[in-house]
Amino acid sequence: MANAIEILSASKTYSNGTRALEPVDLKIQPGEFVTLLGPSGCGKSTLLKMIAGLLSPSDGRILIWNKPIDKVEASGHKLAFVFQEATLMPWSRVRANVRLPLDLHGDAKDEAEKRVNDSLELVGLSKFADAYPRELSGGMQMRVSIARALVTQPDLLLMDEPFGALDEITRNKLDSDLLDLWEKKKLTVVFVTHSIYEAVYLSTRVVVMAARPGRVVDQVNIDEPYPRGHDFRVSSQFAQYAKTLQDSLLRAAAMGASTDSASDEPNGSASNRSTNEAAQ
Amino acid sequence: MKHQKWLLPLIVAVFAIALWKGLVIALDIKPFLLPGPDLVVQTLIKDWGLLGSALFNTLRITFFAFLAAVILGSLIAFAFVQSKWIETAFFPYAVLLQVTPIVAIAPLIIIWVKNPTVSLVICATIVALFPMISNTTLGLRSVNPGLASYFKMNRATRWQTLVRLRIPSAAPYFFGGLRISSGLALIGAVVAEFVAGTGGTGVGLAYQILQSGYQLNIPRMFAALLLITVAGVLLFVLMNWLSKLALGHWHESEVKHEE
Repeated sequence: MANAIEILSASKTYSNGTRALEPVDLKIQPGEFVTLLGPSGCGKSTLLKMIAGLLSPSDGRILIWNKPIDKVEASGHKLAFVFQEATLMPWSRVRANVRLPLDLHGDAKDEAEKRVNDSLELVGLSKFADAYPRELSGGMQMRVSIARALVTQPDLLLMDEPFGALDEITRNKLDSDLLDLWEKKKLTVVFVTHSIYEAVYLSTRVVVMAARPGRVVDQVNIDEPYPRGHDFRVSSQFAQYAKTLQDSLLRAAAMGASTDSASDEPNGSASNRSTNEAAQ
Repeated sequence: MKHQKWLLPLIVAVFAIALWKGLVIALDIKPFLLPGPDLVVQTLIKDWGLLGSALFNTLRITFFAFLAAVILGSLIAFAFVQSKWIETAFFPYAVLLQVTPIVAIAPLIIIWVKNPTVSLVICATIVALFPMISNTTLGLRSVNPGLASYFKMNRATRWQTLVRLRIPSAAPYFFGGLRISSGLALIGAVVAEFVAGTGGTGVGLAYQILQSGYQLNIPRMFAALLLITVAGVLLFVLMNWLSKLALGHWHESEVKHEE
């Protein structure tokens, strides 16, 4: 079976010379729910943005359904991106916000309207179609953002810490709703988070990343059947998976610290050095 | 709270007018130095034929200058946003326009442009233009970066991005510019009339103030001043209303918050 995503030694160096991401090799099958897990600065968002085509890799290649990103649409596959914030247009009602990608694409009005209704139904916001974003809670705004992603009927959903700003209870609810959508719509999802628990609960596979330099250090399969109920969150298997991921993250952090302690706190060590020189 | 917004300034006004009248009576101040408020209103009614047409002329100049400032200012802002080159090349001259005192260049414009109305409109436009340029430019640049990426990812055309993203984002700044610019258009019109002096056919309120000064007709001077002030306040109220109409349903500045 063709890979949904194929990342071939893709790396990213910013124009100021900062190495954001060491070369990454990763294959994602259709229907997988893959989470990129790691601390800030590990390049997980960078990797996701490169998959989405928002950033281009400095080196290496990324194929989506065996096509480079700019040829994906022609091949009939669609991808949608959900940002860290809801990024809604505050001057438009929920309905118009969800319809935006269809409007930009120039789709027919009544067909678009129907898909907007379906999409709002999926995220449970049909009643709020005529509200303005500011009238909604953070969790509801995020649902609108997801509805806007689903309205294009994507096969691939890329999500960049979408629930990071929400309280834990709302986040758990949205996580389990997201899994329902994933199963119902047979989506392939790549999900960025820095929460170990969110990664375990959601994923078929977790890609563990580490910072300085940003790199992939480990991959862990979560072999737990779906649907995953709320009991899974408090089960011993859940704790075991969480421990595996935590150990992996700690090991990577310790390794980074021992191989190059100076790079761990570049500002701190530079100022230490200058104080030493001043003392001499 | 709703009533306080009107009531408190009204009480201040009543006290100020009473104090004014009281001082005029108590110190026996002559009307050619400081007329009482009642005399000002009487003069306003008596000289309405003169003052009313002057008000109309000043407002006409203000209106055209404001219109020109809004249209020109928005067009210039669009040009600035479309190309960094245009902005870098021309922005210093927009600033130049702003910092040069209008009284200093008005005589030149009045000499160059034959039609007195047009020359006054040009002067007032120069005064009112800069806030429109700078506010609209700022607004067109104040696009949420997340939304901008979203538009880019959906391959929005330049036109779609302008109409669906940049212009709505700029609206709050644009209306802020309108508020400043409308007042400045009135000030510009009055200042230009002062410089123009007789100014030919349609005389404005500034001319009436000058003439009243020469004739020591201080009550009429006050009446003309009152008309300018009221016109300015009404302009401001009108712009506030427009802003509320356009932004009321979504922008923080205009949305009513529960207290």
